[in-house]
Amino acid sequence: MLKVEGLSVSYGQRRVLHNVSLEVNSGEVTALIGPNGAGKSTLVRAVSGVIPLDSGKISSNDLSRYYDPVDSGKPGSDDLSRHYDLRSLPPMQRARHLAVVPQAVSLPPAFTVWETVLMGRTPYLNFLGQTSARDEQIVHLALQKVDALDLSERRVGELSGGEGQRVLLARALAQSTPILLLDEPTSNLDLHYQVSFMELVRGLARNDKLAVLIALHDLNLAARYADRVALLVAGEIKATGTPRQVLTPELISDAYHLTVQVVPHPFMDTPLVLPGK
Amino acid sequence: MRRIPYLWTLLLLALAILLSIAIGSVFISPADLWRILTGWLSATSLSESLQTFAFIITSIRLPRTVLVLLTGAALGGSGAAYQGLFRNPLADPYLIGVASGAGLGAAVAMSIQWPYTFWGLLAVPLAGFLAAMLAILLVYFLARLGKTVPTTNLILAGVAFSAFATSLTSFLMLRSTGELRRAFAFLLGGFTQTGWNPVLTILPFLAIGLGFLVLSGHALNLLQFGDDQAQQLGLPVTRAKTLILVAASLATAAAVSFSGVIGFIGLIVPHVMRLWFGADYRRLLPLSIIGGAGALLLADVLARVVMAPQELPVGIVTALAGAPFFLWVLRRAKNQGYW
Repeated sequence: MLKVEGLSVSYGQRRVLHNVSLEVNSGEVTALIGPNGAGKSTLVRAVSGVIPLDSGKISSNDLSRYYDPVDSGKPGSDDLSRHYDLRSLPPMQRARHLAVVPQAVSLPPAFTVWETVLMGRTPYLNFLGQTSARDEQIVHLALQKVDALDLSERRVGELSGGEGQRVLLARALAQSTPILLLDEPTSNLDLHYQVSFMELVRGLARNDKLAVLIALHDLNLAARYADRVALLVAGEIKATGTPRQVLTPELISDAYHLTVQVVPHPFMDTPLVLPGK
Repeated sequence: MRRIPYLWTLLLLALAILLSIAIGSVFISPADLWRILTGWLSATSLSESLQTFAFIITSIRLPRTVLVLLTGAALGGSGAAYQGLFRNPLADPYLIGVASGAGLGAAVAMSIQWPYTFWGLLAVPLAGFLAAMLAILLVYFLARLGKTVPTTNLILAGVAFSAFATSLTSFLMLRSTGELRRAFAFLLGGFTQTGWNPVLTILPFLAIGLGFLVLSGHALNLLQFGDDQAQQLGLPVTRAKTLILVAASLATAAAVSFSGVIGFIGLIVPHVMRLWFGADYRRLLPLSIIGGAGALLLADVLARVVMAPQELPVGIVTALAGAPFFLWVLRRAKNQGYW
């Protein structure tokens, strides 16, 4: 479980996140929604430790320290007493708790898919990056999980958006962390890839007991695939809860400055957000 | 060719070493070289003409060959490191101003006292290193735009700073030494020092600098995905970048100390290696080091031959080959949308 408490972040004088608190349960997908500029990407970056915080606490109740995807289906012992203060951990230690899937844009042309996913093993390697047979095994498995084994020899710079996104997901899986953060991974994908990617992410959360926080643009993807939704507006969390609780006409209209209607999905048991009266 | 990169580059280096020892005002044929070598190994006395050759080799050709080799290695290695660090195919110790900065530092140390002792000479690369660090920090902050360092900014800031540092160096050199030729050779990049002292003085700087760079390939690979992703993958980015910067600057300072500012080796060699053997920095760094040594040796042989018995500063040769290459890369980089 990932727990964020009272997180505040400023860029220079401008405060972009105010006192954000959030919990992401293991085995669940939590969608982070909100208008452009609300601070979704900033929140992901702040939690991952690449920008300094003004204040706040980021901790993890590590279900499976050194969670091992090779011995899959065995998510470690439920030692809920172990708290890790992620904020104070050095990058290498933190990268064993928490992995990030960025948007697959402008990937360097030099590396193959295999080499790229192997870099996910960095938190367990020395400065030279020497890998073992076990690391290779984990990479193999990660690629298998995202159905990208056949891409292994391709160069990441030459992949399509959907392929690149799956490869970056595999790289994050190779980090073998109990927490997964995704920063608008579906933004550049077509409908088919959006759906298959979200299916994949939800499956991983369920099967591997990962705590998944995913920033999403598309409210209806959030409605369909998230267990919980957090609505971020102007750097503040306005609401958290199930999709049904958060995706209400009042909350969404207010957040996006747009009249919306929420109707039941014609064949799924989820809400459907439609702009207009 | 992709499969045996080290074999190719080492063959090139071996050939370059052989040429560098054989060619000069007196040509020493490979056969004679072989006789001298076997003579030394079997401890038999050499004929009189061979003894002259042997003296030329040990006192002139060999120290120079080793100095050129080390200088080229440093330029190739630091060029590859800067390119990786700035994620910029045009970064080169010369073009981003580090080499000129180091040259200025070295010139200051020399102008205080043109030293010939080992310890006196050691001050030269040390001053060069400090100046190189200052130069790179200055150019970096001048060129930075938010979190990124655009190629154009980097090159513009580097070239401007370079012009400034070179002017100061020229002033110092012309003022402090009566030997204009030596001053010019230093400014244009050329080898004028003789004997083993320069080699011994830069060796510790090179060993530390290049030694660390060879080990930093994995970190540089991670940095190709950007600072954020590198850190999220577990790399302590600030520390890694600082260490790589220091190591590359150490190598640059060592290269510049006794040979002056030699441009474009640090640009061309990593580029060619990348084209031939791919951009994995774990391989690119050692290959650029070996390739840099070979390329500068060949340039130096050319510099000794074209106007024999007079000698051209090697920097002229590398610039004549390098500037057109730079323009070609610039065009290519533009087409690939680097800026």
